[in-house]
Amino acid sequence: MVDKSLELFDCGHRACGGCGPALLARLILKGAGEDTIIVASTGCMEVFSTPYPETAWKVPWIHSLFENAAAVASGVEASLKHNNRTEKVICICGDGATFDIGMLCISGAFERGHDITYICYDNEAYMNTGIQRSGATPYDASTTTSPAGRLSMGNSRPKKDLPQILNAHGASYVATASVAYPMDVMKKVEKAVNTPGACYLQVHAPCSTGWGFDGSKTIEIGKQAIECGLWVNYEMENGELTKAKKVRRVPVEGYLKAQKRFRHLFKPQPVTEEIAKIQAIADANAVKYGIDIQLNE
Amino acid sequence: MLQIMEGSHAVAEAAKLCRPEVVSAYPITPQTHIVERLADFVADGELDAEYICVESELSALSVCLGSSATGSRVYSATSSQGLMLMAEVVFNVAGMRQPIVMSIANRALGAPLSIWNDQQDSISLRDAGWFHLYGEDVQEMTDQHFIAYKAAEQHDVLLPGFVCFDGFILSHTYEPVDIPTQEEIDAFLPPYVPYNKLDAKAPLSMGMYATPDYYMEFRYETDAALQRAGDAISAAGKEFGEMFGRDYSTHTESYRMDDADVAFVALGSICGTVKDAIDEMRADGIKAGLVKIRTLRPFPAEEIAKALAGVPTVAVLEKNISLGSAMKGAVGPEVKDAVTGTGIDVYSYIVGLGGRDIRKKDIRGIAALAEKGKGNMFYGLRTEVL
Repeated sequence: MVDKSLELFDCGHRACGGCGPALLARLILKGAGEDTIIVASTGCMEVFSTPYPETAWKVPWIHSLFENAAAVASGVEASLKHNNRTEKVICICGDGATFDIGMLCISGAFERGHDITYICYDNEAYMNTGIQRSGATPYDASTTTSPAGRLSMGNSRPKKDLPQILNAHGASYVATASVAYPMDVMKKVEKAVNTPGACYLQVHAPCSTGWGFDGSKTIEIGKQAIECGLWVNYEMENGELTKAKKVRRVPVEGYLKAQKRFRHLFKPQPVTEEIAKIQAIADANAVKYGIDIQLNE
Repeated sequence: MLQIMEGSHAVAEAAKLCRPEVVSAYPITPQTHIVERLADFVADGELDAEYICVESELSALSVCLGSSATGSRVYSATSSQGLMLMAEVVFNVAGMRQPIVMSIANRALGAPLSIWNDQQDSISLRDAGWFHLYGEDVQEMTDQHFIAYKAAEQHDVLLPGFVCFDGFILSHTYEPVDIPTQEEIDAFLPPYVPYNKLDAKAPLSMGMYATPDYYMEFRYETDAALQRAGDAISAAGKEFGEMFGRDYSTHTESYRMDDADVAFVALGSICGTVKDAIDEMRADGIKAGLVKIRTLRPFPAEEIAKALAGVPTVAVLEKNISLGSAMKGAVGPEVKDAVTGTGIDVYSYIVGLGGRDIRKKDIRGIAALAEKGKGNMFYGLRTEVL
């Protein structure tokens, strides 16, 4: 057991107020402990935490490029293994680096089965460059490259199911979590770093700037995503779904209405058929992961 | 003891003798025989290394970067398109000051696709912050690996280096080569002592971003280190010469330059052909000579100026093209710059691209053109297909 009272991600970094990923960095290190090496990709977290000559990281940290964190981590792990060293290797990368540009290196690292934990802080768009869509952007979200307009309802594609893709690589532990449930995040990080082989953790990390909500509501928004079924916290071990957080589901409207990125679905008039499509995504999630609490339970 | 050995296998032997802890590479012609042989060494227990088979060159060099940053000596090899796919990491490794050594079996770049030799691949990355060594024959390119690791790992250098040799022409040619023993190389090249590394006992952050307040100073420091790499390569080359009898203390090698009226400047395997052509020309009363460049980065401008002093005409043989540039070749302008103000005429000649054969009569033809003041051109084009 690691000492969860340690603060290994220091204050004084430059993240926005209420930044989900900043909170996640802190939780990851609480779950992983001091004996950890972090490999970062280019992105928000890298930029707000390491402007030379300052760093927020109290554990060894390396950043190379946008797309190669999983390969750099493979090399770190190979060196550690060769020298019988015991540090845990964790990649912390945004959804752009994970879902899109880094897929090649991630697929290679998971296929080779390096003993690393890859954590995606999923804020559902390229936030560092100014809120452009990624493969993790949800259906109908308005971003600067998938803007809502006279002929557009925002992002036209559903979110890529990356956990399933990495599950198909034979990863022994794949899980999702949300910064809205900090104890769960720490527990899953601890489990992942202590599971041999390549493990994947995808953590919902609301971005007040990119999603358009007040920075004091990060946890609330994260919880709403889970309560409506658009985000599901689950675990897959050795290819099988072993756990999913059950909820008394509420309609998706409340979650959507709370964020500027979905405002076009309600103003000037509610676009009922689009909201229904998003509800259908949540309904499908509920069936797929079995998250609905039945009334007789 | 001399052994007859394929160039690639000699390079693999050299890499093995340097005791890399991690080897990561992706197959590409004509580099493959090197990494296949290294895989054999690991499989047979002759080399105690982690051999990481990656899904692309992007990952090959990224893996090496991660291992190097964690304190390991690492090795990779590539060619051509592979080097281009790595390009982003190539720049990054130098900026992060990791002393990685990588062999480049030189090959042309597409399009059109060509698996054959020229030096466009490594020369295209001459500004990336790596030192560049070029070998003329199997012995030289083998020895350059030992020198490269030794120079790269000096704490006042800490920069990566390419060891370049012509694909197929050298990588696939069997030549007699003296491979040092493990004891000898252990005496020449001590274990890698990182200046710093990723270590939970002494946390540090590597690869941070720099604002305009700091970025230029990082570039200045990298350039200064690359200049120091020149001295480190010389020192290692001298020490190697003392131990093994093959001296590499200079960045260039002059051949029959005394009283030369026309001097060739060239890199790599073409130098052997040029030397033979020079012998024939000299027999016919044409006073020709050669300055072979072994170290292209850092550019040995002073040494080249000294070697070319008093020669009226210089012909730079270029197995590359800087498309759209005035002199056409990438090396010519640097040679010209080195002799600025001396009145020496310097011309580039684009030869041997995509594996086109370069014959002794081509060398003589180029000498004749240079003496007439005609240059900065392709030589040996098949005009009937243009």
